[in-house]
Amino acid sequence: MPTVAPLDLQGHCIAAVFLGDVPHFALADGTIHRLDHGHKTAQANDGLLAACHDAANDRLITGGEDGRIFSVTAGGNAAELASAGKKWITSVAAGPQGAVAYASGKIAFVRFSDGKTKEFLHPRSVEGLAFSPKGMRFGVARYNGATLHFPAANGKPVELEWAGAHTGITFSPDGAFLVTTMQENALHGWKLADGKHMRMSGYPGKVKSLSWAPKGKWLASSGAPAAIVWPFSGKDGPMGKAPLELGTRGNAMVTSVACHPSQDVVAVGYDDGMVMAVRFADAKEVLLRRPGKGAITSMMWDKEERRVAFGSAAGDCGVIDISA
Amino acid sequence: MSDAQTTQIPVTVLTGYLGAGKTTLLNRILSENHGKRYAVIVNEFGEIGIDNELIVESDEEIYEMNNGCVCCTVRGDLIRVVEGLMRRPGRFDAIVIETTGLADPVPVAQTFFMDDDVRSKTRLDAVVALVDAKHLPLRLKDSREAEDQIAFADVVVLNKTDLVTPEELSKVEATIRAINPAARIHRTTRAGVALSEVLDRGAFDLSRALENDPHFLEARDDHDHHDHDHHDHDHHDHDGHHHHDHAHPSDIHDVTVQSVSLRGGEMDPKKFFPWIEKITQMEGPNILRLKGIIALKGDDERYVIQGVHMIIEGDHQRAWKDGEKHESRLVFIGRELDAERLKKSFDACQAA
Repeated sequence: MPTVAPLDLQGHCIAAVFLGDVPHFALADGTIHRLDHGHKTAQANDGLLAACHDAANDRLITGGEDGRIFSVTAGGNAAELASAGKKWITSVAAGPQGAVAYASGKIAFVRFSDGKTKEFLHPRSVEGLAFSPKGMRFGVARYNGATLHFPAANGKPVELEWAGAHTGITFSPDGAFLVTTMQENALHGWKLADGKHMRMSGYPGKVKSLSWAPKGKWLASSGAPAAIVWPFSGKDGPMGKAPLELGTRGNAMVTSVACHPSQDVVAVGYDDGMVMAVRFADAKEVLLRRPGKGAITSMMWDKEERRVAFGSAAGDCGVIDISA
Repeated sequence: MSDAQTTQIPVTVLTGYLGAGKTTLLNRILSENHGKRYAVIVNEFGEIGIDNELIVESDEEIYEMNNGCVCCTVRGDLIRVVEGLMRRPGRFDAIVIETTGLADPVPVAQTFFMDDDVRSKTRLDAVVALVDAKHLPLRLKDSREAEDQIAFADVVVLNKTDLVTPEELSKVEATIRAINPAARIHRTTRAGVALSEVLDRGAFDLSRALENDPHFLEARDDHDHHDHDHHDHDHHDHDGHHHHDHAHPSDIHDVTVQSVSLRGGEMDPKKFFPWIEKITQMEGPNILRLKGIIALKGDDERYVIQGVHMIIEGDHQRAWKDGEKHESRLVFIGRELDAERLKKSFDACQAA
């Protein structure tokens, strides 16, 4: 039976992550809480808006209302990486070779590991940011499409067009596909080799959480009463194929998804705080956490594939141990 | 609905041309001792002299929704900022959005109806338009935005009245009234309107909207009793004589917005609801605002509706009072409205 070690905090949890093997919880007020032989706290931004786990460097990158970018490493060491003025930092991303990208208004910034920064001005607001897993390349979600930049070179950006407001962005782990979340209840995808479009619609709500399964074979998503899991193993992605619907509930919406690091299993978090694990092959469900006070906002598996850290909009966070 | 409303944060939208007095009013909202804390969303930090950590600068981003409807626009930046603010709701009691001088108020308002996340946490309280009494005639000549801002407003602050003669002032007020017969007008200097007339108006709250609005519909028959401050009655030259079912865009120069006021008895719900749905579907792009109190046959409660373009909301408001006349009233504010057709088809919805 899974057991839950609760951590009841005050405030909206933006990110629940493992740094080292210690669960860390970043709240909207900029406090970073961790369960490391007791409950300990550090402070990052004055108002934390965006966070991204940097797996390669085992750190959390945060951006916030104070216009600053922080790096938080295991043990709660928060260090300022950059500052972009008075405007809110609305999106952050971690890239190869210690590079970090962040967005403020219409400008996307890239900070290289040597501390140098480069600015990329766009005609419209930068809504979402993500680095490609291959090469020094990052994507910007924007109104009417996405833009790909190559910050290490001086080449022209690549523009990918699709009408509508694109709010979030992710590359498949092999770098072959780019997928955006949209203001409308849909995802849009591009096959980067030939620019082919993929429309993934039919969601009753906005998609706010995406997670790639091992080797990028599947893309799990929130925004429905079930986790909607699109097959990406074919060369054209999910086109012409139906998605899996896992962990369907009649009275709750999925708000967060996190795929298992090595198996075809997804942790599914709902708006009532419930968490389930569901296997792709047979849709078998295991209850990991009963409903709580707020919607699940963030989840992450640890490297040992034994625990899931979760955060909620109401602050009732915790760690689920599935091996116990 | 009322449960949700108690926890939803009210949002006030300030529109108006550069120099109309928005910043002056904003500074008063932030500095006067009213015991409330405001988060303010501005386009540029600019001249707000108040040190407040909750002034957020945001780039106006108008997003068309991908549903084939040209009037379905939202402000993408507001979705993001409101979502961010509402993650720490304990810091403020209300939100004020200051738009740029040329801003279209419609996407701002529609954001609060079309985005589920924004709608679940906040409610649009009122749209307030600041108008410069001296420069309005010029503004109306050279831009459509000035007219849209007035047409869309719940409250018009007619500012800088000390810079015009009484005759000019009456004319400007008549123009505003011709564009928007449903708005409350306050004459001011230095944006000196009582903040209670601007904040917490509940103008989009169906249970309150039409209750505290003497100009809405009632004014037509009852000119001498309406209550805005220190007005003289010159403007009745314009709205005093015409019949309640006439559109009147043309008698004032540079005004393209018109209003159509309809009045009838009890409505047959089986006819009225399909009608209003069809009208808003077909005429949606031309309708800036609509408001109405509807008497439905066989229903002992007043039914209130309001709309923005194609978005329409309706609900029962309260029981009809003893002796209150069961009357239906509806106002459309927009462009290119066919008043004759609206009246005919509205009349056809009356219960037999």
